[in-house]
Amino acid sequence: MAEKKSLGKELTKGIIAENPVLRLVLGTCPTLATTTSVESAIGMGLAASVVLICSNMAISALRKVIPDKVRIPAYIVIIASFVTIVQMVVKAFLPSLDEQLGVYLPLIVVNCIILGRAEAFASKNPVLASAVDGLGMGIGFTAALFLMGSVREIFGAGTFLGNSVPFLSENPMLIFILPPGGFFVFGVLMAAVNRLAESKGKKKAELRGCEACPMAKSCALNKKEEVAQS
Amino acid sequence: MAKKLTVSASPHVRSNETTTGIMLDVIIALMPALVMSVVYFGLRALTLTVVCVCSSVIFEALSRKIMKRPNTVGDLSAVVTGIILAFNLPASMPLWMAAIGSLVAIVVVKQMFGGIGQNFVNPAMTARIILMTSFPTAMAKWIVPFQSAWHPDAVTAATPMAVLSSVQGGDVAAVGDALPSLTQMLLGAHGGSMGEVCSLALICGGLYLMLRKVISPVIPFTFIGTVAVIMLFAGSFNLEFVAYQLLGGGLMLGAFFMATDYSTSPINKKGKIIFGIGCGLITSVIRLFGSLPEGVSFSIILMNILVPHIENMTTPRPFGEVKEKKAKKEVSKA
Repeated sequence: MAEKKSLGKELTKGIIAENPVLRLVLGTCPTLATTTSVESAIGMGLAASVVLICSNMAISALRKVIPDKVRIPAYIVIIASFVTIVQMVVKAFLPSLDEQLGVYLPLIVVNCIILGRAEAFASKNPVLASAVDGLGMGIGFTAALFLMGSVREIFGAGTFLGNSVPFLSENPMLIFILPPGGFFVFGVLMAAVNRLAESKGKKKAELRGCEACPMAKSCALNKKEEVAQS
Repeated sequence: MAKKLTVSASPHVRSNETTTGIMLDVIIALMPALVMSVVYFGLRALTLTVVCVCSSVIFEALSRKIMKRPNTVGDLSAVVTGIILAFNLPASMPLWMAAIGSLVAIVVVKQMFGGIGQNFVNPAMTARIILMTSFPTAMAKWIVPFQSAWHPDAVTAATPMAVLSSVQGGDVAAVGDALPSLTQMLLGAHGGSMGEVCSLALICGGLYLMLRKVISPVIPFTFIGTVAVIMLFAGSFNLEFVAYQLLGGGLMLGAFFMATDYSTSPINKKGKIIFGIGCGLITSVIRLFGSLPEGVSFSIILMNILVPHIENMTTPRPFGEVKEKKAKKEVSKA
């Protein structure tokens, strides 16, 4: 990268400005599927974060060894090994969580956030920066999942982390736990975070094309266009 | 001073029809059904309607204010949505749930997409479906008419639609007393959503709207006609079975008042025919093969979503325009 950012910035950008789920719209499948309860949402967020940090570090360390042409299969192999480790650990120590997450735990392998960060960040940056980036993105992912899980569990089941909420527990709005409610909460949260992120910087309406994308600064496509334009 | 000559862009001839006028006509057309529902379910039905209308109007005013847009309460569309929403609920529905329905209809479906004329699905119908998936027990409490709907232990009974879904091959006589007589079906003395029970009142309202040219008869007739034809074959030509299918459930309410919503139905006649047939087809398939007894609401929503594509398919060709394929052929010939 041309400009050197401080490590603190790499950490905080993942939380709101470049939140992987709510701003970059990556990894929506586990987001919608595992947020029916707060417990599974946190479990999913933490498991994916661990994989993300480890794979970011490994890919960053190997970035000069991996040939460009086969980088995607190489990344997948690295990510899959970490996912296998996490899955075995969860199965051994938290069997109930493993049951709740079901197929979505091994599916972390194909989570776009992890491959996306490997491609966009870890393959171009040193190990420490990649680890911090992974941590920030992991926190952002977990926070988004926690928020969605809370809203869906409180309104849809009338409970929070298994404790019943007064009034709502007698009259839960089932739709929040069902897929349509998931999409609805997802959309509303996305709008809220967009508003929050844009209130700091330029308004989206003033930016055109690739500039409006939250990933504009780190995107390879954008740089090519710049070259072509100049 | 003499009148100045004003030069303006077309259109120069304007209709005197206003949104408020049209909505007022719809409200008038809904009145007979409202009166009948009060007759059957008592003042509880009226209270439910008032709550739905008031909450719809309040949500409309509030959301317009928060979005800093001109207030559109005056066009009465929120009142119509409120009444139709109430018609789609059982009379014993808790009032706060009805208010949530108004919130969904007005704020989520209508105002979030830009207000009147911009909603892509019917607001009241979507609210009904969301309430049905959210509160399945409260939305399936079909109380028997002529008793106090305020009472929590009011007697409930299966709706004619639920009974009909167990009828095999159109043999209506086999279920015997479980079904009300056809006269009762027409007048509405049976369980069901508070506004959908009295088919006669709804048909009167629909005819009034057609006479006033507020709605075109194409969608209601193709919708109901398609259901009738399919039920004729499904019921092995038992006319009684067909009559029960047409008079039961929300078919009349849906066909006359909800499928004809301007912003969510096609503009030209060809499109309207496709829309009506599609609604009838989906309704019949859900009624005959689905796990739910009634499919009018889902059929209208599904066809609402298809409307942009129907419009694309049925856009009239300007006079003299040649079809693309033909044009290409002619070019290649030349």
